[in-house]
Amino acid sequence: MWLARVLVPVVVIGGWQLFTATGIVDKFFFGQPSGVWHSLVHLFQHGTAFGSIWLNLWVTIKEALYGFLLGTAAGILLGLLLGQNRFLADVIGPYIKILNSIPRIILGAIFIVAFGLGTFPKVLLAAVLVFFIVFFNAFQGVREVDPNLVANVKVLGASPLQVARHVTIPSALTWIIASLHTAFGFAIIGALVAEVLGAQHGIGLLISQAQGQFDMNTVFACMTITSVVTLVAEYLITLLERRVLAWRPPSRAEAASI
Amino acid sequence: MVQRADQRVRAVGDPGAASAGAAQIEITGLTKRFVTRKGVPFTAVSDVTFTVEPGQFCAIVGPTGCGKSTTLGQVSGLERPSAGSVRVGGREVNGVTRGVGFMFQADALFPWKTVLANVMVGPTLHGMARKDAVELARNWLRRVGLAGFEDRYPHQLSGGMRKRVAMAAALINEPQILLMDEPFGALDVQTKAIMQTELLGLWEQLRPSVLFITHDLDEAVALADRVLIMTTSPGSIKQSFDIDLPRPRGEVQEIRHEPRFLELQGQIWASLREEVERAYAQTAGAA
Ligand SMILES: Nc1ncnc2c1ncn2[C@@H]1O[C@H](COP(=O)(O)OP(=O)(O)O)[C@@H](O)[C@H]1O
Ligand SMILES: [Mg+2]
Repeated sequence: MWLARVLVPVVVIGGWQLFTATGIVDKFFFGQPSGVWHSLVHLFQHGTAFGSIWLNLWVTIKEALYGFLLGTAAGILLGLLLGQNRFLADVIGPYIKILNSIPRIILGAIFIVAFGLGTFPKVLLAAVLVFFIVFFNAFQGVREVDPNLVANVKVLGASPLQVARHVTIPSALTWIIASLHTAFGFAIIGALVAEVLGAQHGIGLLISQAQGQFDMNTVFACMTITSVVTLVAEYLITLLERRVLAWRPPSRAEAASI
Repeated sequence: MVQRADQRVRAVGDPGAASAGAAQIEITGLTKRFVTRKGVPFTAVSDVTFTVEPGQFCAIVGPTGCGKSTTLGQVSGLERPSAGSVRVGGREVNGVTRGVGFMFQADALFPWKTVLANVMVGPTLHGMARKDAVELARNWLRRVGLAGFEDRYPHQLSGGMRKRVAMAAALINEPQILLMDEPFGALDVQTKAIMQTELLGLWEQLRPSVLFITHDLDEAVALADRVLIMTTSPGSIKQSFDIDLPRPRGEVQEIRHEPRFLELQGQIWASLREEVERAYAQTAGAA
């Protein structure tokens, strides 16, 4: 299995290199692995037109992280509230659905115009993307709470707040944490898209500049860098999940999953 | 708060004080209707009237779906009756009844809490200091034979062990009344007998009033002072039988062979049988 797994990138990257080197595929449009590598080295050694690569990377990570935290907090809060309160859900629910139907790229354009080229509109777009994922999961998590457990804790004398603390929140947490895996990826996407739309620093800006100069190798290099960041974040979230959900029985689906 | 906690701890070792806390359950003309999905009203229990004296162990037996769980829901205060009244300790039930222990039909342990934390929920919600609650919970786990399992999660326990945890969690606040909804229904025969014996032992120490629901007649006769038979849906009380087997009853498995047990069991079965057959005919007709 491991051999096959290693073979996949070897074939893909090797094939890509081979086709572009022999000229079957034009490396001007599709880049070339060796060129991507050179771009990467160049980015880290000589920096970019907008400061060192570390500065740009840090800007993007910061925007994504703030957006992630903001969106997650808002999503959990509103999801728990609306999940527990039928009235609120009926009043606010339709508006959330309407907002959710607005294409995010338009929102991004609006934010850039409204709030300028700084950090804030990027954080906001990332937060919006994260919010809807976390919100719907938190909401569903509350709805799926085992009514037996609610009855049990009520009989033991719990107030509505204590019901939330002892049953609703821990129960919804399974759903919320599962959503965080996808959510961080979306936070990065939100930050990148907003940067492409207009920025002074950030990986998204580098990508749009390189694209403007038909420098596909640098576009792929930036893509590689963001992939690494996302994978690291994914790993950290998995660690968090293991810690918080230590009580869960190991399911068969999980044991067999990737 | 801490002072009250201390009193509770003391009461554990003092059966006299505990039995004085038992409450009467008085159910009068209790009727519960549900609105089904199609919008048609459905009467689950109809005009149920009976009284459980303080410290009495009362069992309700009836065919599946006759409204046993529904009746218990009204006594606990989790639901409100459509008509009639429920009084516990002389007070009308209005909202969740205080001083109730409840063992549910389904598994109702909190899967994200350890065994110890599960048992601690009751005292914690009553405002007991954490340290005292831990100590009390450890005590109770010892009483139900689960010392050493404090840090396990419910999914790491067998069905019988989970029931012990639920029993400790339901009894730890020393309730005035204990409501049990087919608590041992899902257990295998041997485990069930062991759990029944343990329940009797704990009940004899604490002496709350018990309302015990089951569809297992043997279980009802072996445990209870009184057995009520419920009719097929809509449920109401058909007949009441006093069980004069001497207490303490000891091993549940032994009682089953005593002549008096068999005699009572035979009498009650004659009454229950009609209902079970009627319930079967109803569901078979509907299918
Ligand atoms: N919340 C509810 N809504 C509608 N029907 C219900 C509800 N709860 C119980 N019932 C119906 O009431 C009847 C009695 O249920 P239950 O008390 O659970 O019976 P059992 O004696 O088996 O415990 C059943 O026919 C059941 O379908
Ligand atoms: Mg039932």
